[in-house]
Amino acid sequence: MMKTTLQKIYMGLIFLFLYAPIATLMVLSFNASKTRAKWGGFTLKWYQALFRNSDILNALRNTLLIALVSSIAATVIGTAACISIMSLKKKSRTIIIGITNIPMLNAEIVTGISLMLLFLSLGLRFGLGTILLSHITFCIPYVILSVMPRMQHLSPYTYEAALDLGAGPVSGFFKVVFPDILPGVLSGFLMSFTMSLDDFIITHFTKGAGIDTLSTKIYTEVKKGIKPEMYALSTLIFVTVLILLILVNKAPGKEKGGVSK
Amino acid sequence: MKKLSVLLTALTLTAASGLALTGCGSSSAGENGEVIVYNWGEYIDPDTITMFEEETGIKVIYDEYETNEIMYPKVEAGAASYDVVCPSDYMIQKMIENDLLSELNFDNMPNARDNIGKQYYEQSREFDPENKYAVPYCFGTVGILYNKTMVEEPVDSWSILWDEKYAGNILMQDSVRDAFMVALKLDGYSMNTLDPAQLEEAKNTLIEQKPLVQAYVIDQVRDKMIGGEAALGVIYSGEALYTKAENEDLEYVIPKEGTNVWIDSWVILKDAPNKENAEAFIDFMCRADVALKNFEYITYSTPNMAARDLIEDDALKNSPVAFPDLSNYSNLETFHYLGSDGDELYNNLWKEVKSN
Repeated sequence: MMKTTLQKIYMGLIFLFLYAPIATLMVLSFNASKTRAKWGGFTLKWYQALFRNSDILNALRNTLLIALVSSIAATVIGTAACISIMSLKKKSRTIIIGITNIPMLNAEIVTGISLMLLFLSLGLRFGLGTILLSHITFCIPYVILSVMPRMQHLSPYTYEAALDLGAGPVSGFFKVVFPDILPGVLSGFLMSFTMSLDDFIITHFTKGAGIDTLSTKIYTEVKKGIKPEMYALSTLIFVTVLILLILVNKAPGKEKGGVSK
Repeated sequence: MKKLSVLLTALTLTAASGLALTGCGSSSAGENGEVIVYNWGEYIDPDTITMFEEETGIKVIYDEYETNEIMYPKVEAGAASYDVVCPSDYMIQKMIENDLLSELNFDNMPNARDNIGKQYYEQSREFDPENKYAVPYCFGTVGILYNKTMVEEPVDSWSILWDEKYAGNILMQDSVRDAFMVALKLDGYSMNTLDPAQLEEAKNTLIEQKPLVQAYVIDQVRDKMIGGEAALGVIYSGEALYTKAENEDLEYVIPKEGTNVWIDSWVILKDAPNKENAEAFIDFMCRADVALKNFEYITYSTPNMAARDLIEDDALKNSPVAFPDLSNYSNLETFHYLGSDGDELYNNLWKEVKSN
């Protein structure tokens, strides 16, 4: 009895630490006063202001567009890379995997500046394109990291059997290999999506004039104080993600068990 | 697996709805070309940009940064080919030294020449000796913000920040140059000094103050002072106006030992692709009505005398916080660029203060 109470208190504390900052932000998004030090009464004006602020909405649009496009591209490229890595000899396979892991360990600022210098020397025009290229670049290792273990556990015989039974290499891959590695591919995609969504440093160095993502937009507001519209937007994003997670956990797939997760 | 695919679909849907939210805004160059502006975040009234575009037919591509230090490498590398930038004093000096700026032609910018107060061009000579490169946009001082209900005696000197009566009630700026400025001024030295003995003394002054300081912060000074969490804080005058509006117990003073006058100015880059449009942009921003709009939006002091004359509220117009009479103070200075050795010297001493 004592033990379970302690357990509950412990859990409660952990949740408190995790969610207190978010709760503060959500409360402040309804604060009529601009400063956190004063409660000026309940208001929805920041939410209205948010939907009138085309800069913030543009930044949101860019962020989602970049996250979606770059994670899809990185997933395709990363999965293709895994297939060819699998066909390598053991020694060169280890070397290649090691090389793809290095960018993940690299400090973001190093990646950001080196990408900027690379794009400069190629004479590219900085803008959406350069941001996309750099996001795809730093997402690929994460896709490889999550797809590779699935690939390694795959029995090569099922694919060979499919070929024996008359499937071409492409349909053999999609009918036999792909379903087995799909969970890895999906988690690679999701990881890329969140990495791209979060990124500030690399985006800062590779973006051109007049294009902003949410993180760069929020950061520019530091000098004069972050506007409460941002609190409102963060609250909306948090609630959206929360609802999504609830939906996912209630999804019909759950009862079947087995393959899921 | 199904779970993941549901999540995947959901994500795609949110992304798609995000796209639909604003529609695909396409950017097309204006009939008279474009100008690429790189400014501090929240440092302009967005309406003035629209006005400029409508009146001149020049499309503005607007970009923002948060510190001088993060702006510099991007501009130096030429990554985004900006035309107009708005750095602070010492950064302009650094950019001049590194040959990044283009000389201005004031004949094309009558508003910049006539509307900006002469005393601000005079002050700018500390970093732009011949007034060839920079047009002042915003300026301010650094001073002490105090809560009248918590501080009884008159505040007129930096020394009150060393008064043990206020232990635990003092907020200092968490940035090297600002913190050392306070100590150097108190000790009676220049805030741009490179003399190791003077800096050593300032360091010891700061270490002596450390037990009394509640926190070394930057933007929290604003919120903490409004909330009455501290009695005294070192703050930029631009913030002081806003905090006074939120909490009428607060008062701002420029200490008698002198302080830092900072000036953020428009400059045009050497490699600017649209120099003429850049001059048109700067001149537009110096027009009295436009400068007034920006002053009302940013609330930082404007060096634009014509705009100041248009302010209707007399209390604000003659406010010593917003528009201090610089000639009343004999020991005001503006930060100089100290070179990388100088920066390192300050940074090392600051580390000693912080880790002591």
